[in-house]
Amino acid sequence: MPTITTTIAMLEYDFMRNAFAAAGVAAVVSGLVGYFLVLRGQTFAGHALGHIGFAGATGAALIGMAPVWGLVGFTVAAGIAIGWLGERISGRDVAIGVVLALALGFGLLFLHYYTAFAAQATALLFGNVLAVDPFTILALIGLGVVTLAALAAIMRPLLFLTLQPELAEAKGVPVRFVSTAFMAIVALAVSESAQIVGVLLVFALMVGPPATAQRLVTGLWSGMILSAALALAEAWLGIAMAYATDWPVSFCIALLSALGYCLSRGNWPARRSAAAQG
Amino acid sequence: MSVIALDHAALGVGGRTVLRDVSCAIAPGEFIGVLGPNGAGKTTLFRAILGLIRPLAGSIRVFGRAPRRGDAAIGYLPQVRTLLPDLRVRGVDFIASSVRGERWGLPVHPRPERKVVAETLAAIGAEELAERPLADMSGGERQRLLLAQALLGEPKLLLLDEPLISLDQRHQESAVELVRGFVRERGITVLFSAHELNQLIGALDRVLYLGNGQAALGTVAEVMTAPVLSRLYDARIEVVRADGHIFVLSRGRNVERSDHQHDHSHGDAHAHHHHDHRHA
Ligand SMILES: Nc1ncnc2c1ncn2[C@@H]1O[C@H](COP(=O)(O)OP(=O)(O)OP(=O)(O)O)[C@@H](O)[C@H]1O
Ligand SMILES: [Mg+2]
Repeated sequence: MPTITTTIAMLEYDFMRNAFAAAGVAAVVSGLVGYFLVLRGQTFAGHALGHIGFAGATGAALIGMAPVWGLVGFTVAAGIAIGWLGERISGRDVAIGVVLALALGFGLLFLHYYTAFAAQATALLFGNVLAVDPFTILALIGLGVVTLAALAAIMRPLLFLTLQPELAEAKGVPVRFVSTAFMAIVALAVSESAQIVGVLLVFALMVGPPATAQRLVTGLWSGMILSAALALAEAWLGIAMAYATDWPVSFCIALLSALGYCLSRGNWPARRSAAAQG
Repeated sequence: MSVIALDHAALGVGGRTVLRDVSCAIAPGEFIGVLGPNGAGKTTLFRAILGLIRPLAGSIRVFGRAPRRGDAAIGYLPQVRTLLPDLRVRGVDFIASSVRGERWGLPVHPRPERKVVAETLAAIGAEELAERPLADMSGGERQRLLLAQALLGEPKLLLLDEPLISLDQRHQESAVELVRGFVRERGITVLFSAHELNQLIGALDRVLYLGNGQAALGTVAEVMTAPVLSRLYDARIEVVRADGHIFVLSRGRNVERSDHQHDHSHGDAHAHHHHDHRHA
């Protein structure tokens, strides 16, 4: 683990400062949005959105557009479609799975016709946070603000709908609108997260930290804050660890995310007695 | 003025008519036991009162006007209670989410709202559930929590759709007792659906018995008779009174009970409904 001097040395590089800034923004957004994704049991949909975004990004590159817009456009469109499928459609995961495989297939096809993109494709799949430029950071901040503002606007009915769908419907929550808006928000968060850890590892930021937080605390606000804090800590520590070891950043973040979750699942004596006291 | 009035109302879902030409009126403060076999239309009736479905014909009036979705004066405990399997949210947050949960913005609850939640939990003796995550509660404890939440926010009308499911005999009695006490003090009107009259017999004022597309509203003595129930079950029904209990029999089989006919201890008997005992 880096000491204080290496931390300072590390921050002398522009690309490292950019990496910390970009990862910080994406981690907080992912941790907060992911909290609801895990609460709603829709992690699979989040995973699928990443894959669909891959097809969008490669497709955009093929027609000469910036891949990031293809990524955002495709994930948001797919998110809205998944949300529109409704709250409790049986076989929804099967439908998502089929679309997911198809999307990855298309991504491969686009790559096949645009071989020059192959190097960028790896970055897209596994992330390349050490290469983000200041423009990307601004884009991440802008996208993050929009995402969190939208989440804040629907959070109350979203929570009600998540915890008690039948009652929420009876009490006048616009069910379809809220669930669709939420999937669009997830799509934006996936796009953010994919810039850091890549589409294949969005789980590391969007699912690991919230799942860990939900195991550690049962309060709503404490859970959300802990989730964002864990995502931030794992992202930053991951970058520092990569700097110290020369391992890929995304691997380090994924490792820390998994480690955090495993530790939280352990039935430690301290937690047992805390739970017993309520 | 009646709280609920149905005037030649026909109700249906998915292109099927479930209740035809039902007329009845329920007065303020009445405790109505809503009974009837599976598929009789109890849930459909509740959903119509909530304004989630419109009558196919005739009219429904709730508090003197057409029902509208999101009426704060109605407390509701849905029959289908989808619960995510690993919900690590505290009981108190679970309940609080329903307090004006349809509004936009952040789920922050000012002190008065939190106080109401705490008081309702206390009223139903569920304070100890407040801090525990839902995933760690038993089915019956969750049920109690859901009951507390239906009572939240000073409703004038309570629609409780099979709140006794997954409760054992003793907890069934205490739940009925609890609702009875709560509504009597406050003059709340209750529609309480159940599969067996005997669970409610001490608490209810009148029975609304549904079946065969029809409805019968009246006192136990009026409704629980062979002619009325034969019409509702579309079969020859015998009503047997024994030991303060009433049994609805068709060819010697109890049609209100499911498979565990003579076993009172099976609180979860309703979890596996059998549809057509009368033909068995
Ligand atoms: N969404 C739906 N689409 C089509 N038919 C439906 C739908 N929901 C209910 N039904 C039908 O409407 C009828 C009445 O259903 P309802 O749920 O009101 O019965 P119930 O009296 O509540 O029964 P239970 O005791 O099983 O809860 C049933 O025959 C059912 O099959
Ligand atoms: Mg029902």
